[in-house]
Amino acid sequence: MNNLDQIFVYAKYWLLSQLPGGVQSLVSIVLDIIAIIAVFGTCFALTTILERKGLGRIQNRYGPNRVGPCGLLQPMADAIKMLTKEDIVPFAADKVVHYLAPLVLTVPIWLAFSVIPFGREMSAIDLDAGVLFFFAVGGASELAVFMAGWSSRNKYSLVGAMRAIAQMISYEVPLVLATIPVIMLSGSLNLNKIVEAQSGYAFGVAQWNVFTPWGFAGFFLFLIAATAESNRSPFDLPEGESEIIAGFLTEYSGFKYALFFLGEYLGLFAVTALSVTLFLGGWHAPLQVLEFLPSWFCFFVKFAAIIAVFIWVRGTVPRLRFDQLLNFSWRFLVPLTLVNLLVAVVWHFTSLGAGLDQSLRWLISAAMIVPAYVYFGRALSPNRPTRIYQYAE
Amino acid sequence: MPNNISFYIFAVGVLATATAAMRLRNPVHCALAAAAAFAGLAVIYFQLDAEFISFAQLLIYVGAISILVIFAVLLTRGSDIQPGVELASPHWLTGLAIAVLVAFVIAVPVCSSSFGEKIAPKMTVAPVKLIGEELMTRYLFPLETMGLLLTVALIGAAVIALREPEESEIRNPKSEIRKQPTTEELVAEVQP
Amino acid sequence: MTPLSQYLFLSTLLFAIGFAGVVTRRNAVIVLVGIEFMLNAANLNFIAFWRYGVSGAAPTGIMAVMFSIAIAAAEAAVGLALIIAVYRHRKTTQLEKLDTLKG
Repeated sequence: MNNLDQIFVYAKYWLLSQLPGGVQSLVSIVLDIIAIIAVFGTCFALTTILERKGLGRIQNRYGPNRVGPCGLLQPMADAIKMLTKEDIVPFAADKVVHYLAPLVLTVPIWLAFSVIPFGREMSAIDLDAGVLFFFAVGGASELAVFMAGWSSRNKYSLVGAMRAIAQMISYEVPLVLATIPVIMLSGSLNLNKIVEAQSGYAFGVAQWNVFTPWGFAGFFLFLIAATAESNRSPFDLPEGESEIIAGFLTEYSGFKYALFFLGEYLGLFAVTALSVTLFLGGWHAPLQVLEFLPSWFCFFVKFAAIIAVFIWVRGTVPRLRFDQLLNFSWRFLVPLTLVNLLVAVVWHFTSLGAGLDQSLRWLISAAMIVPAYVYFGRALSPNRPTRIYQYAE
Repeated sequence: MPNNISFYIFAVGVLATATAAMRLRNPVHCALAAAAAFAGLAVIYFQLDAEFISFAQLLIYVGAISILVIFAVLLTRGSDIQPGVELASPHWLTGLAIAVLVAFVIAVPVCSSSFGEKIAPKMTVAPVKLIGEELMTRYLFPLETMGLLLTVALIGAAVIALREPEESEIRNPKSEIRKQPTTEELVAEVQP
Repeated sequence: MTPLSQYLFLSTLLFAIGFAGVVTRRNAVIVLVGIEFMLNAANLNFIAFWRYGVSGAAPTGIMAVMFSIAIAAAEAAVGLALIIAVYRHRKTTQLEKLDTLKG
């Protein structure tokens, strides 16, 4: 069991032991990088095909099923198509910035994976301020989107870029605020320590953050903000095809377009991996009886589950209007995350020997978060018309 | 020595991008170059074992201030560069001379001091926990003041940049605001 | 390990570049970027002196820089808001043209 759990760690050390001492540290870094790129590159390919198939099923059609068995080789075909397409740069474009934008988007996102623990002893670097690092490298994506939109010298591109930046800035606030309770109650910004803090089992069930009132609310707030942050439907206004062609991607083609596509999915993966780490106990098994499973297996099962939820949401929820989008962040998510912060504080201090029963703690927390949810939810649409059943008499 | 080499690479990078930010014609290019310079500085902070500050620098300077600068450039139409307009102010030569003088005045004491031989003491990265504890104890008052300052700056910036109402709107405010249609009207519109 | 004087040289040059930008450029937004460079040069000094100083354990330099970054953020927000407000009235961000208060 332990061997299977640590198989990748052992494999890495075995490889390193075959090498002369001088280059070991360098090769160790390179191996980590190769592992991350290989795993999440494969994830990217698999997710694109599964997303298209899943969306197809939701929309009552088959989805891609021509290339390879069940259409599973479709990503290969897509990649070949992307690579062989002509790379068109608009005549009036700012050539240098136009060239740099996809790189500025894609490169920092790879960095974000380096702090995430994918399994026991399986994080590339153990940074003391890991969560901060994650959000810091994410900051470059706004700049990249602006570069792409502005350098294309196209109205639609610029409008798309401005929308994307407004959206990213608005949703970064609730995204960070939703993680703060976790940081407060784990007492660390280090992702490994946050996973460690969720390691116990009560009655055979894991003590993840999502099983506390603040964690439960925080998890959903985080997921909503993450959806918007990675520009996914229903928050995909920056590329709303029906209004502004493809937003900041309008003037991109061929491999650069593929890089943007890759960057978008990598951003989604990174933020999903972070949500698994922060709220779903990282690589811990959900039940004590399942502890024999390898830690990396548990992590990727949770990871895949959340990605599936994202695909499901994309197929189900219609796109928001832009004012609705911004109001939703500033008038709903941000106040709720602030209330959630208070809930976390109450939860923390009621555990300190006040002798309160567990269910009473839950009740107090619910009494704080539920009215806030109802109130802010109602306030979002102040003059909401009463529903009129016009054709259902 | 790899630490040393990477320091020189990033130092040259920071200086080059900073110079570009001050020299380029298009203000948007200036802002992008400035963002690159800030990111390079974050790497140098990281080498100096100031992990927390390095990430804060990335988050605030690259993620927020650069974007703010870009928005300001676009909102003031600074990126429309007319060919006739001079880039530098009329007294730029005097200004440049003063800048060189300032650099010289600071560089002389740096050269003549004994800092050159000074080697950093061995230390571990300052733990985030320690920073947090210091912030909550010794630096509590500055921290609270900073919170107040940021709030004031936020509200102030919003108020200053708020679009002022046109004069006609001030005289009769009702005329400009379109009446929201009521539910009945909307329904009446839909119904055949 | 890089000696301390290298960091101080870097910060000196960065300060000078920022200063040169402030005194030579006409666009108010770019002048603000120059001011940010000067602040950053000071921050670099704080960090370098803290790292090479004797007080190793206490994060004094880090604290100073943290507050400095917060002030820089507030300054950028208010400064750019002012520039936008001025632009709305005068339709220019060229600094020489904003000399109405000159006696």
